[in-house]
Amino acid sequence: MKGMTVIVKTVAGWAKMLVFLFGVYIILFGHLTPGGGFAGGVILAASYVLLLLAFGRRFVEEDLPLALDSKLDCLGALAFALIAVWPLIWGGGFFVNFLLKHLPESALNLVSAGTIPLSNIAIGLKVGASLFLVIFLLSVFSDDHGTKTRATGRIADPKE
Amino acid sequence: MLYAMCFALFMLGLYCAVVKKNMVKIVLGIVIMEYAVNLFLILLGFRTDAVAPIVDRQFLETGADGMTVTGAFLRQAVDPLPQALVLTSIVISLGTLALMISVCIRIYGKYGTFDITEIRRLKG
Amino acid sequence: MNVPLPVFVMVPLMAAFVLPLFGVKGKSAATALANAVTIALLVLAVLAAVHLADVRTADNPNPREVYEVGRHAIPLGINMVLDGLSCLLLLTISVVAAAAMTFSIRYMEQYTAKSKYLSLFLLMVAGMNGVVLSGDIFNLFVFLEIASIASYALVGFGCEHEELEACFKYMVLGTIASAFILFGIGLVYGNTGSLNMAYIARSIRSSGVNPGLAFALALFVAGFGLKAALVPFHAWLPDAHPSAPAPISAMLSGVLIKSLGVYALARVVFNVFGVWPAIAWVLIALGVASMVIGVFLAVGQWDFKRLLAYHSISQMGYVVLGIGLGALILARGGSTAWASLAILAGLFHLVNHAVFKSLLFLASGSVEMATGTRQLKKMGGLALKMPLTRTTATIASAAIAGVPPFNGFWSKLVLVIAAAQAHFYGLAAVTVLVSLVTLISFLKVQRYVFLGELPDHLKQTRDNGGSMFAASAFLAALCVLMGLLLLIPALRANVLDPAVAALTAGIDYAALAKDI
Repeated sequence: MKGMTVIVKTVAGWAKMLVFLFGVYIILFGHLTPGGGFAGGVILAASYVLLLLAFGRRFVEEDLPLALDSKLDCLGALAFALIAVWPLIWGGGFFVNFLLKHLPESALNLVSAGTIPLSNIAIGLKVGASLFLVIFLLSVFSDDHGTKTRATGRIADPKE
Repeated sequence: MLYAMCFALFMLGLYCAVVKKNMVKIVLGIVIMEYAVNLFLILLGFRTDAVAPIVDRQFLETGADGMTVTGAFLRQAVDPLPQALVLTSIVISLGTLALMISVCIRIYGKYGTFDITEIRRLKG
Repeated sequence: MNVPLPVFVMVPLMAAFVLPLFGVKGKSAATALANAVTIALLVLAVLAAVHLADVRTADNPNPREVYEVGRHAIPLGINMVLDGLSCLLLLTISVVAAAAMTFSIRYMEQYTAKSKYLSLFLLMVAGMNGVVLSGDIFNLFVFLEIASIASYALVGFGCEHEELEACFKYMVLGTIASAFILFGIGLVYGNTGSLNMAYIARSIRSSGVNPGLAFALALFVAGFGLKAALVPFHAWLPDAHPSAPAPISAMLSGVLIKSLGVYALARVVFNVFGVWPAIAWVLIALGVASMVIGVFLAVGQWDFKRLLAYHSISQMGYVVLGIGLGALILARGGSTAWASLAILAGLFHLVNHAVFKSLLFLASGSVEMATGTRQLKKMGGLALKMPLTRTTATIASAAIAGVPPFNGFWSKLVLVIAAAQAHFYGLAAVTVLVSLVTLISFLKVQRYVFLGELPDHLKQTRDNGGSMFAASAFLAALCVLMGLLLLIPALRANVLDPAVAALTAGIDYAALAKDI
């Protein structure tokens, strides 16, 4: 996949930052407003897909190497699992919101939902990385019918 | 009425997945089926003249056991559970779709065709 | 010891996400970790079974452990339920997974991307454990999809012509089945207002089954029937199971079609909707059709693994027939003892089939690795060259054909007795006949693979020892010993009877539901 014209490249360079920031916003405010880890993660992936379309594959590969992307994917999933398992290890119970009791009673603030924003961040990382990975690998196929890279189906996290 | 249309959409997808010979069309049929089911789930939670189930400051009240959501909000809001179900099912169908498309591309690379009547090495 | 139930899902799931981080260099470390995880799961499953046996008393024949995820009380939260049936399936999954994983240590050296394979394998195990433990019907669907998607990827793992074709077929039918199930879940939620299976059961008990729920049940039968490959829905199985790598064939035929198909079907029919004669007749018809058609299609096969796959369909027929007979007796208000016997036969055959069919698939993988072919006509005389594989394969063949001291004999015997007691003499005769045809078909396997002339191109064949033999020997020992599960009353009372009681209790599953 080659890049597009200079106009597209310039606009995409600016728009990419905005889209990325919007994704971060959606993830961080996921427990208060519509959205959350999955929706925000999709927007994060979209910002990189924008780069992929405008600048071509090689550029994106330098910006975000596949190996790193794959590691981010696994780390997101692991972080989510750790948030779920951590209270189980310390005798609380699986998925118990163990941070909630340390917080002041203040509903609808940014820091008010215990582990939920942390889970949202983990899911956002996981969804963003894996969705971009899927789209990137499918775009590799169109060039050389996938003789180079193996695409194994990745399973996006089913918990929201 | 809407439910019947949902079901019609579901059957349309099933028909497409079963009858069509082109692999990509089969995949599209399956996607239509999944969307019909998602639409059905969303319709289950629908209420006329309701608000979105997003808690805002005006819907909170301080009662005996801390802050709770007002009863008026509970009567007004649509059922949020089907929406969570649909989100999960969209994620699942995304995973399946990505895998299906990559298998289609692989098969095209091997056989040079999308026609399932020509892809018949297995039999019996 | 009381094992917290989410451990069974989270341990393989987390390991599945750790494994890709090892990369290419840490392949042996990844293999060791994956093996440690499956063996740890086996130990944990045994601990859970022991705990459940402790809880069980004479006046509480159907013990249940409930775990509320996140400490949210049901129906607001999601719960996981361990009862006798879940526990039996959990043990079976762990045993077969441990054996298949041990077998993979050497077998999977033929393929690249071993750590991806291990990761998908553990995802599949996590999904299956989740299916059998979930007490929430939507959660069951999510875990079912995790297991299914991992299995789709594993069927196409080799990326050759046949494998991709089988993978596509399997994936299309599997996804259609999932859409049916999700549609059914939507209908159930719309009609009962709950997703928790105990609450659905309570609602159905109090207000009866309306047409919407009946349609949902039909969708569930079609969906889970597709996952279980019962006969009108069986087209994908003979392609998909042979195409996967041998340990995965063992997992798919051994436990995947059972936990995703038969377990979920039995749970929904018995515990959520309650049995009535029509649905029992549907189960019996599906069972008999699978038994007869599966076995006659199997006899004509010349591909080793394809033959085994058709036998899977046929043997699943036995399981569903047993469960369906029990349902019919219960629905007619007959004696609970005879219904229990029929269900016992079905469930015992389920466990037995998991053991001997995975052993047969491992043996076929061993033969394929040594000779490079799966065609029966191109083999022969391997008895001298591969004595270890030959021994285990013979034990498994005898077990599947129902030759006396092996485990398959006992479950088929109980099924025949139960059918005769329920005055279905025709069904009993069909059961025996199908067993005979199975025997013929496996005599053919023995004749063409292990006996007869040794072709010239196989003179250099060497047997596979080491981990591959260890896994086969473990399963072969189980084949010989598992008759004891039925014959020793203490074992039967603690392993099989709670599983049967979980189904015969029927819609009393609603007792789990509490008032808010």
